[in-house]
Amino acid sequence: MTAELHEELTDPHAGEQLDHGAASSRPLKSRISEPQPRGAKIRGNRPVDQSEAANRFMAATEHEAMHDARLWDLRQKRDKEMHGIEEWEELRNLASGIKEHTLSKLDYYLELFEKNATANGIKVHWAKDGAEHNAIVLEILRSKGVELLIKSKSMLTEECGFREFMAKNNVEVIETDLGERIQQLDDEAPSHVVVPAVHKLRTDVASVFAKTIGSDPDNADAHYLTECQREATRPLILSAQAGMTGGNFVVAETGTFVVCTNEGNADLSANTPPLHIASIGIEKLIPGLNELPVFIRLLSRSALGSPITQYTSHFRGPREGGEMHVVLVDNGRSERLGMEKFWPGLKCIRCGACMNTCPVFRRSGGLSYGATYAGPIGLIIDPTFNVHKYRNLPYSSTMNGSCTNVCPVKINIHEQIADWRKTLAGEGEISPVKKVMMKAAGEVLASPVVYRASLPLGRSALRHLPHFMLYNKLNTWGRKRDIPETPKQTFNEWYRRNRKSQSEGEKS
Amino acid sequence: MLVEDKGIPMKVGLFVPCYVDMFHPETGIATLELLERFGLSVEYPVDQTCCGQPMTNTGCEREAAKTEELFVRNFGKYDYIVTPSGSCTNQVRNNMTAIEQTEAVKHVRSRTYELVEFLHDVLKVDAFPWAEFPHRVALHNNCNTLRNLRIASMSERREEPFSKPKALLGMVKGIEFADLTRPDECCGFGGTFSVFEEGVSAKMGQDKVTDQLKSGAEYVTSSDSSCMMHQEGCARRMGVNLKYIHIAQILNGARA
Ligand code: SF4
Repeated sequence: MTAELHEELTDPHAGEQLDHGAASSRPLKSRISEPQPRGAKIRGNRPVDQSEAANRFMAATEHEAMHDARLWDLRQKRDKEMHGIEEWEELRNLASGIKEHTLSKLDYYLELFEKNATANGIKVHWAKDGAEHNAIVLEILRSKGVELLIKSKSMLTEECGFREFMAKNNVEVIETDLGERIQQLDDEAPSHVVVPAVHKLRTDVASVFAKTIGSDPDNADAHYLTECQREATRPLILSAQAGMTGGNFVVAETGTFVVCTNEGNADLSANTPPLHIASIGIEKLIPGLNELPVFIRLLSRSALGSPITQYTSHFRGPREGGEMHVVLVDNGRSERLGMEKFWPGLKCIRCGACMNTCPVFRRSGGLSYGATYAGPIGLIIDPTFNVHKYRNLPYSSTMNGSCTNVCPVKINIHEQIADWRKTLAGEGEISPVKKVMMKAAGEVLASPVVYRASLPLGRSALRHLPHFMLYNKLNTWGRKRDIPETPKQTFNEWYRRNRKSQSEGEKS
Repeated sequence: MLVEDKGIPMKVGLFVPCYVDMFHPETGIATLELLERFGLSVEYPVDQTCCGQPMTNTGCEREAAKTEELFVRNFGKYDYIVTPSGSCTNQVRNNMTAIEQTEAVKHVRSRTYELVEFLHDVLKVDAFPWAEFPHRVALHNNCNTLRNLRIASMSERREEPFSKPKALLGMVKGIEFADLTRPDECCGFGGTFSVFEEGVSAKMGQDKVTDQLKSGAEYVTSSDSSCMMHQEGCARRMGVNLKYIHIAQILNGARA
């Protein structure tokens, strides 16, 4: 984010901590550029293999080390901000409560927003899915003869496959968020909800820009790269006929919406052209302005460890001679709201804190998930879009629970991950290997006799894990770890020899 | 020692998790001896196997049912069930839902304690006069123990710092603590995660070992053997000479 605003970027190596510009990711070894690992291989509707992509990401050691360090740094900055606010946990409770309340009366608040927004001169549209959203936006653009649209970052439009749709319909879309623009130019999805290009080294950005906007491929200076991008994009921004934003919070009581950014690019997108379209998921509602500060105080602190985003812009209606449209998108949200265990995922404010803290995400990169949403929140949302394709994702977690405890709206992420595993196994959406192995384990462990017989005792030739942990090719333990040595006797044997006879003797 | 609410002698059932039984019998022995030092009558039902965690952890609840039933049959008669494992305790207390919730099941679930919390919260131990461990030790909290059983404060939350294992270890003569840079970071074991997602699991383990090594620790201790089995496996392969010892052994007076 905000690379151009940060002084410390003039010397990217200054100071102990990394700075939070996406462009500041510094190569750990200068001059040697390691090729950027790409994301998960998508094969139609086949279940995404996150581990395969994660292994490739980790094999690119410079990328993995930078990615882990950058995101851990954000987590630490978040911790520091948290300690500065005495009522932090109370804020989380409030935020969670407000979201739960709003979601429980969503129909009421949506209609209230529509009424008040309409009174403010905003045109409100309803889209039940991505296709409807895209069609509505296209129609608005066509009615104004728009061929060039500038937009700020929005996960919702990623959900809708918006850019591809517009490309097919001859509308050029320019992303104005720096990280998102990098990803657009590289024809890659964002890897993180807040810092979309965080998986890239500066050298990767230099090569993308060299190919697409003609910068010097050997110059990976953050300032230089940002400047080149700005030079290339500003004229497009000035000539665009329409601008698009998302919305972080939609205020029912006032019929307004709020967009939080660090680069001010949403304001450029919204204010430069005469036509502003905001695409917003229906879960972004909050009741009134009184509730807003709770979220504003939590959002940027959780996301980047900064007290507030550089810009918190309130959009209250079209400016004179202009038009403002809000497209409220469902795209599976109503259905999710009806899911007994998984509806709390709708409280998400997309701060990315769960990704920053997730030890699996930091080592795998966001693109390894092969889905719009990566990391912990992705694991519990993605299967609601396509249960088969994303059935492996809930296993890409150690269920350590760090995500749940950083989440500013207290989503029980790690519990939902466990619930997803149960739900998937119950629906038969589990890999055959896991199924067979667990069936075998369940049988062995249910019988003391069979279990004892399966153990790899010191005297046996099998000096490794018991069979139920080693089903066929899954003897993965020993690839990078030594297998523990089996002692001469198990505890059970020791007890039978040293205590059992004793206590039985006492009884008789 | 009496059961507080009943005034009768406390009967404790010892649960030794499968991997402790197999690979670290010395942890089971130390747990048993340590509990006996406090005058408890401790029994180890010899027909025990596992708490059902591998299956539940993988989502296969139905496959866990028979193992859970066996667990309840083995431990139903005790006032307390104590185990040197936080993740097994979490499984029994919070996730043992594959079977009908009878009175016996509820009893077992509410009476199962991880060793450290049993010593700290139930026995309220205030001294280990026999224990001395003049070494630099890094403490590892298993994630279930930390964030589900709440054995210590966590860095994610704004809360008063506390640590039950540290409070107990602090009573051991000569012990010195080594600080990790990411004390709460998961080590990557994660139960069946360690087998199904081997790559990320091993990388997380290596990073954990590197942090422990940098801390200048001679020993790593934890109230959970499973994490340490994974960490030790990584350390050996990396050629790192850190020693891993269960907290039960230190508290029971192991010298090295
Ligand atoms: S789930 Fe919570 S922590 Fe993760 S992005 Fe959403 S609000 Fe942030």
